[in-house]
Amino acid sequence: MMSTRALLWAIAIVLLLALPPAAEALGQPFYIDLVRRMMIFAIAAVSLNLILGYGGMASFGHAAYLGIGGYAVGILAFYGVESGWLHWAVAIGGSALIALAIGAVSIRTSGLYFIMITLAFTQMLYYLGISLEEFGGDDGMRLKSRSQFPLVDLGDAVEFYYLVLALLLAAIYLTHRIVNSRFGMVLRAAKSNEARSLAIGFSPYAYRLVAFTIAGAMGGLAGALLANHTNYITPDFMHWTRSGEIMFMVILGGMGTTAGPLVGTFALLFVEDLLSAWAPIRFVRDHWQFFLGPLLVLSVIFFKRGLAGLFSGRND
Amino acid sequence: MSFVLLFEQLLNGVQLGVMLFLMAAGLTLVLGIMNFVNLAHGSLYMLGAYFTIAGAQWTGSYLLGVLFGLAATLVTGMVVEVVTLRPLYHREHLDQVLATFGLILFFNELVAILWGRASLYAALPQWLTGHVELIPGSIYPVYRLTVIGVGLLVAVLLWYVVVHTRLGMLIRAGASNRVMVAALGINIRLLYTVVFGFGAALAGLAGLMAGPIYSVQPGMGELILIQVFVVIVIGGIGSIRGALIGAIIVGIVDTLGRAFLKPVLGTVVSPTAAEAAGPALASMLIYLLMAAVLALRPAGLFPARGG
Repeated sequence: MMSTRALLWAIAIVLLLALPPAAEALGQPFYIDLVRRMMIFAIAAVSLNLILGYGGMASFGHAAYLGIGGYAVGILAFYGVESGWLHWAVAIGGSALIALAIGAVSIRTSGLYFIMITLAFTQMLYYLGISLEEFGGDDGMRLKSRSQFPLVDLGDAVEFYYLVLALLLAAIYLTHRIVNSRFGMVLRAAKSNEARSLAIGFSPYAYRLVAFTIAGAMGGLAGALLANHTNYITPDFMHWTRSGEIMFMVILGGMGTTAGPLVGTFALLFVEDLLSAWAPIRFVRDHWQFFLGPLLVLSVIFFKRGLAGLFSGRND
Repeated sequence: MSFVLLFEQLLNGVQLGVMLFLMAAGLTLVLGIMNFVNLAHGSLYMLGAYFTIAGAQWTGSYLLGVLFGLAATLVTGMVVEVVTLRPLYHREHLDQVLATFGLILFFNELVAILWGRASLYAALPQWLTGHVELIPGSIYPVYRLTVIGVGLLVAVLLWYVVVHTRLGMLIRAGASNRVMVAALGINIRLLYTVVFGFGAALAGLAGLMAGPIYSVQPGMGELILIQVFVVIVIGGIGSIRGALIGAIIVGIVDTLGRAFLKPVLGTVVSPTAAEAAGPALASMLIYLLMAAVLALRPAGLFPARGG
């Protein structure tokens, strides 16, 4: 059993490792960009999976951290700070702090209230982004410079690709370790039965808040990567449909599974790209959301346990 | 002069609040009775505005356009309920959120296909375009007063229907025990479809009244939807009374914040700082209000009492 799963992981990693040389050999460097974008979103989805899939906290505002991470990089670069370490420290630290604040209020609620309140807080940050006239306001702005690191050049498509791949694998591994630690057990216990976990002496609030903060920090890293990827920041990083998409990635792939967010992100972004760029009919390309919407509805109705559930057969 | 301005802005706040209430009432009815989260409620608001403009163009009459807009949103709501929502009633809220998220993408793009992405202008008939002098020195648009009047009228009607009619009794019964209502021989599926259509028509009404005031464009529904969430969280989920009071509070706070925060800040900090922070703070005000309410009363100001 274990070996099948390990084999699937090995195949996935080898494919991701082999992609840049293969794309360059085929003269299609565009794929490097495409998959790098998918992997950045996969990091965001992995972080959301920690709180949504394992913690039962349905945050409809995860795009907030993409925005905070992105703006951290953009604003520091705007003022001439180029150190990548500093960019990322501020992106991750800032996201963690804001996640701590949002979480402190939101986690007092649950269920539907939680969905609505996280959405509303993110909308608040979105409007804040729009009102920052100095940093481009509604339109956003180009990065003055990308994050500078000693060994890796983010301007180089392939080097940046491998850095993102390494960070994605690190994020997956870290989440896996967190979920299977004592901390993660309490988090999952509180999700499956809050009353019982209270009865055996664990108050879930603090555990949830820490998980929420960690997820925010990882989301901030994804945001810093996204800003470097697009070389541009805009309030649209925080648009509520972005939050919906990230949530969809997690659920489409399979909540509370290690591979789920990865599978879901690749599947959703692949379908989006298929419809918006590669569809043979112009009408479909122009109005791809008209077709994506019903596909999403159908996938919710029919893939109850997500795509990862189809492979592993594990439905817990 | 500043009293006149305050008075006008207060009325504007009530007018926004009334529209938020129409949206919140439909959303909270569907939520309370069917236990269903409809993210696409904003799409029905948008469709109400577009259908009315289209209806008014075809018939040449504003009132016929309004009737067409209401009827078309009602029918759309019922079709959506039958086609996509029924398989989702027994599913988690999260699945409902995602499925209706898909519906939003669909409807926004549908509207863009049918009417284009540019914003449309909703014309008003002559008798609604005038102004009246309510207090000396203040002339106020008749149309906005009409919006307030219609909204309050609907609030009263809604209260009457829910509390004093057989349909309202069924609605309340369905909210507290769906199986028992079905066992007593009521067609609960039909009831759900009717309630959903009813909620859709309320959203359509809010949308068609919003048309001449705000811009009519794809995605217009989501801007108000998120404000409606704030209303519902403040008022308490499933409570129509809470929706009304929450909506008026949010409408007034938002409007007054946008009008007065910048000048008021300007007297405390430097004018340039106020210039920069004022608009940002004003658009964040209702979310801060919501956070404050939740910190003090996590179930909202008027939690529903199961009926």
